[in-house]
Amino acid sequence: MGASRIAKGMGASIVGDDIRCPIAADTDVVQARQTGRELATELGFSVGDQTVIAAAISEIARNILMYAKRGEVRFTKVVDGTRQGLIVVAEDDGPGIRDVPRAMQDGYSTSGGLGLGLPGARRLMDEFEVVTAPGQGTRITMRKWKRSNA
Amino acid sequence: MEVPILKQGHYLIASIQSALSDADLSQLREALIARVGKFRARGVIVDVTALDVMDSFAVRTLRDIAHMARLRGAETVIVGIQPEVAFAMVQLGLTLKGIATALDLEEGLAFLDRQGHGRIENRQGHGRIDRG
Repeated sequence: MGASRIAKGMGASIVGDDIRCPIAADTDVVQARQTGRELATELGFSVGDQTVIAAAISEIARNILMYAKRGEVRFTKVVDGTRQGLIVVAEDDGPGIRDVPRAMQDGYSTSGGLGLGLPGARRLMDEFEVVTAPGQGTRITMRKWKRSNA
Repeated sequence: MEVPILKQGHYLIASIQSALSDADLSQLREALIARVGKFRARGVIVDVTALDVMDSFAVRTLRDIAHMARLRGAETVIVGIQPEVAFAMVQLGLTLKGIATALDLEEGLAFLDRQGHGRIENRQGHGRIDRG
């Protein structure tokens, strides 16, 4: 039983300090997206990109709450050559995702939600990776790069 | 963080002031639906100008408010969605199909007036004038 992986263009990068947001209540989802927005602001992302990042964080943080009850969202500022970006990692020890390709489809949900969380977050971010296996938790890694002309 | 709900004529105006948790959003839904009955409201305006992000839960709750209010006889208008919020919503695949939206509070009120949701109040107003 190998871990399912879905990657969207993960490249090499230099990593800085982590900022951690525990997720165990709905107010933590708000805190996580506000923290992400603040970091995006510090990095000089446009207001549009700050909003996009905050929305993606909100979706994956809520997924932790819905499926795993608790977990963590970590933020890391990255530099890759001349590019600057933000890495967001959402990790939990929950039940894992049984069918990752299906979970990445619009409108598929096992929780009665809209089923737009994962596919929506993937559309919002530049890079998106899911590592999960039934009973072994889920780790979602997302990156957004600052556009040089922004 | 409770959302203040104002009553203006036959309309209810919920003006979101800050970021809302899922529980806050659910509470807003319950409060609005209860007040549609209590105040016999014909229209509901939810002002989301202060929301800096709208995710799938927020959109689902707004949709629920609009549908539930309609079942209770009131029309809902969502006003004040910021341009970057609209952009992120479209990317997420979130729509408010079948739900009225307007640029701001002023346009929202004008929309409800055009739809005739304030008509009953107007009629009562005339009645009072006639009696005088």
